Amino acid sequence: MPIIQIILFGFALTTEVKDTQVAVLAPTNDEVSTRIIEKLNASAYFHVVEKIHNTTDIQLVFRDAKAKLVVVFEDHFSEKLHHTGKAHIQLIADATDPNAATSFTFYASNIIASYQQELMADSKNPYQIIPEVKMLYNPQMVGAFNFVPGVLGMILILICAMMTSIAIVREKEMGTMEILLVSPMKPIYIILSKITPYFVLSCVNFTTTILLSVFVLKVPIVGSLASLIVVSLLYIFLSLSVGLLVSTLTDSQQAAMLISGMGFMIPVMMLSGMIFPIENMPVALQWLSNIVPARWYISAVKAIMIEGLGITSVLKEVAIMILMIVVLITISLKKFKIRLE
Amino acid sequence: MRITNEIRKEMNDTKKYNPDKVIIAENLTKKFGHFKAVDNISFEVEKGEIFGFLGANGAGKTTAMRMLCGLSIPTSGKGTVAGYDISSQTELVKKNIGYMSQKFSLYDDLKVWENIELFAGIYGMKDNEIKVKTDELMQILNFEEERDKLVGSLPLGFKQKLAFSVSIFHNPKVVFLDEPTGGVDPITRRQFWELIYDATTRGITVFVTTHYMDEAEYCNRVSIMVDGRIEALDSPKNLKKQYNAMNMDEVFQQLARESTRKAD
Repeated sequence: MPIIQIILFGFALTTEVKDTQVAVLAPTNDEVSTRIIEKLNASAYFHVVEKIHNTTDIQLVFRDAKAKLVVVFEDHFSEKLHHTGKAHIQLIADATDPNAATSFTFYASNIIASYQQELMADSKNPYQIIPEVKMLYNPQMVGAFNFVPGVLGMILILICAMMTSIAIVREKEMGTMEILLVSPMKPIYIILSKITPYFVLSCVNFTTTILLSVFVLKVPIVGSLASLIVVSLLYIFLSLSVGLLVSTLTDSQQAAMLISGMGFMIPVMMLSGMIFPIENMPVALQWLSNIVPARWYISAVKAIMIEGLGITSVLKEVAIMILMIVVLITISLKKFKIRLE
Repeated sequence: MRITNEIRKEMNDTKKYNPDKVIIAENLTKKFGHFKAVDNISFEVEKGEIFGFLGANGAGKTTAMRMLCGLSIPTSGKGTVAGYDISSQTELVKKNIGYMSQKFSLYDDLKVWENIELFAGIYGMKDNEIKVKTDELMQILNFEEERDKLVGSLPLGFKQKLAFSVSIFHNPKVVFLDEPTGGVDPITRRQFWELIYDATTRGITVFVTTHYMDEAEYCNRVSIMVDGRIEALDSPKNLKKQYNAMNMDEVFQQLARESTRKAD
């Protein structure tokens, strides 16, 4: 464990900015803007992935998660800089994750400032490049915007996976499961009746979290509430099937607790993108984060709740969650049958 | 439609079934990979009989019992319990049997009457029937004061009696007892066996596994399993004569010595 932790924390899970995808909008492809783009790209922090040509494309870039930062140069950037000594640059960041957004704009401003220094050194004219920061989706940089989806993702999986698995394993430990299996009740009903209370509990929890975040933390639900509920129900089912799988794999409550605690809580906190941006992780961990259910849920909730996108733009997340449910249920049923054999 | 079909089927089956042979096992075998947990066992148990199922740990007792309870499908061979096939009619088998495990499994955090209600409900008994029978049972067991206590707070002997009473509460044709007397004192064990005798007078057949050889003497007939096979099957009296032994313990020792399997 300590080895894994030190590697995870020291190396992989950093809030540092590294190779963040950047899109640029430079209406006039002139000398200075090209130089600045090169500067950004050359730094270890940024990676220019896209050149867009229209202000409406900015929204699209964020929606498709192509870039985390968009750098917009004003018209005739070079000309203005040379003639008036002043030019504006706009840094637009996706502030659903306020920490990351602040870092991105801070690093980008620094790079631009150092380039300005270079220019000043070369000539006598005082040049001034004025960066203007714009935080999209979360202009007040409210932290709640980031942690509400994260907390939802965590609470739901904890309640569902941990409590379901413990409840079922407890029956095994007490021997009551055997009695239930010998009874004429079908195993599927036994499982369903064990799951139902936690399903209801999760729904209640989801509702209270949402109400609290809307009315107390003032996090608006920009998108449709219906799609948020659909996605959340899906996630609850997913978490329940995770709990079911754990319960078929273990025979003691401690083991169930350890597996759900260590196996789910840590990955959910570390790898779901809740605290540490996934983009900055090494490729191996990015791969690993793909199998963390919360990652997909959190990203879908962010998109719907904060960015106000419709359910069609989170189809990928929805599809992945459905796939996970199918896989988990199939494995659990197989395991359950083997035990009955 | 499904239900009426089931009833009709049930009625047909009852016609064919000889009510005196409550359990019939014919060449029952269960393999796990190459390992034969239960190797070709055959026996019959008659109505109202107390049938002792003996064997060392790992001899295959539990596996055999699980097959008879419809929890596990035999690899080969046939068996009927209460007239129903254990491979194809597991649902009907389960409806007609009671089961008590070695852990006297009841819900510790439910009250005595709640446990009764829960399990009776699972077996589809009607509410008023449950109420009447619960009152009766509490009287017979002298449990009236404990009725509203949590099962977890009861002494082991009480729990064991309650677990047994719950397992025959729905009047099954057969009750399977898996080492029912583990960890209780001889007096309680004696009282427990009185309950078992009572059940047989009501026509319930008792299938019991045990480690205690003195208990084997209480059974009408006893089978002894060694390495997945039934090595001996007769009344305790005949077995003692056959093996020239003073008591069942000696019979068991003689047979168990032949075992090549390690107990787990």
